[in-house]
Amino acid sequence: MDFVPEISKALQAGNSEAVASLVKQAIDDEMPPGEVLDKGLIAGMNVIGDKYKNHEIFLPEVLLAAKAMYEGMDVLKPMFLKDGIPTLGRVVIGTVRGDIHDIGKNLVVIMLRGAGFDVVDLGKDVPPKKFIDVAVEKKAGVIGMSALLTTTMPVMKEVVEYLRKEGLTNKIKTIIGGAPVSSDYARHIGADAYAYDSMNAVECIKKLIPVK
Amino acid sequence: MKAMLERLAAGDVLVADGAMGTMLMERGLEVGKPPEYFNLTRQEVLEEIAQEYLDAGADIIQTNTFGGSRLKLMEYSLGDRVEEINRNAVAAVKKVVQDRSYVSGSCGPTGQFLKPYGDIEAAQMVQVFTEQIEALVKAGVDTVCIETMIDLQEAVCAVKAAKRIARSIPVMATMTFNQTPKGFYTAMGVTVKDAMEGLPAAGADIVGSNCGNGVEKMILIAREIKKYTNVPVIIQSNAGLPELRNDKVTYPETPEFMAEKVAELLALGVSIVGGCCGTTPAHTRAMRQAVDGRVG
Repeated sequence: MDFVPEISKALQAGNSEAVASLVKQAIDDEMPPGEVLDKGLIAGMNVIGDKYKNHEIFLPEVLLAAKAMYEGMDVLKPMFLKDGIPTLGRVVIGTVRGDIHDIGKNLVVIMLRGAGFDVVDLGKDVPPKKFIDVAVEKKAGVIGMSALLTTTMPVMKEVVEYLRKEGLTNKIKTIIGGAPVSSDYARHIGADAYAYDSMNAVECIKKLIPVK
Repeated sequence: MKAMLERLAAGDVLVADGAMGTMLMERGLEVGKPPEYFNLTRQEVLEEIAQEYLDAGADIIQTNTFGGSRLKLMEYSLGDRVEEINRNAVAAVKKVVQDRSYVSGSCGPTGQFLKPYGDIEAAQMVQVFTEQIEALVKAGVDTVCIETMIDLQEAVCAVKAAKRIARSIPVMATMTFNQTPKGFYTAMGVTVKDAMEGLPAAGADIVGSNCGNGVEKMILIAREIKKYTNVPVIIQSNAGLPELRNDKVTYPETPEFMAEKVAELLALGVSIVGGCCGTTPAHTRAMRQAVDGRVG
């Protein structure tokens, strides 16, 4: 049996149990874990991402697919113990200090992980320095910042300015998003990119992190 | 004061007030504090805002309790002060308006998802709204406004909680729709039709839409809404999406622009018009004049 398309299908249907069990079967069948990841889980999430972008599905379907993806990842993790799960790069992400609105940010996390990025999710209400400390410590290539409130947007500027002061802007790129944020604002504060939605964030970050 | 639902049944059009959050920010709401923090620390600001909306001619004035549920307040470590936060907000508005306007208890989303999408059980969701709405009702609101909902199930939990607490209190329930190439949907994928059938079925007396992306989109949404329901409709549009100009946040739609569009909403049979994010007492005043101009 070819498990890979089945994994993708079960993931798209948001069926966590089926995904976990199919991933196990695929591994037992000696399929390379990297292939299960790429052609099963990531391929499934790509379909979900595209459908979401085209308004064919909405948040509920994405949330269920993400749960299924995480279940599958949990099964795969021990297979990659030596080198860790192969990724497109590492992104540190969070909703900025003062802001607790994280639905949008969580969606970006889902889409990034679904696309194969290693995401360090700092949660919400994240102080500017924490973004930088964690990005340096974890050797992340990108910092992603989200804000829903117009009052918390200036925190993004603080992060960019701090990076510049520390001479880190070459190593760590910045991308911002959220309802009141715009590409104008990104330019204004010197952020490297602005994403208008979660799928766009994936596309932008792919450009920010050069393929190895 | 005549009962709100009677007036609507008689064909009266009511004007609801405008934004709260943006007004609080102008008055020094600190970054990192929820708007409801003022209910504990600066009630005089709430009174001032209520007074401005009253003077602008609002028939319905909202309490500063949009994020006043335990699940939301917990995010700011204020989860054990639900009763006090809601009570103080109602007291501030009541003190100002007395019997001149209806006091509307605002009730926004919890920010959490129901199972299986999130971790919250429906029974727990009902309990969370019950706690908040009970505090609002005990403090004397004239109506409860469940607003900015994107999940129909969550909205239904809130409507049921309200109706269980006080069967006679009018309950307004509004959802936020986005335009897609296939029509209007909430972020959770709820259609206008499903919302307008589900909310009255749960017990909502008044239904509609709020926030969104400007009043012109709201006219399209209102047209959809009227296709599916006969209960009175409330529309509270924002003043478009915020833009940042020279480090200052501005909303594109002026009072004059929004008021001009009110006639179209009324022509569609909308019963209550008001504002959301970015609208001000000037918007309320302009809407008041538009409504009066048509009626008188």
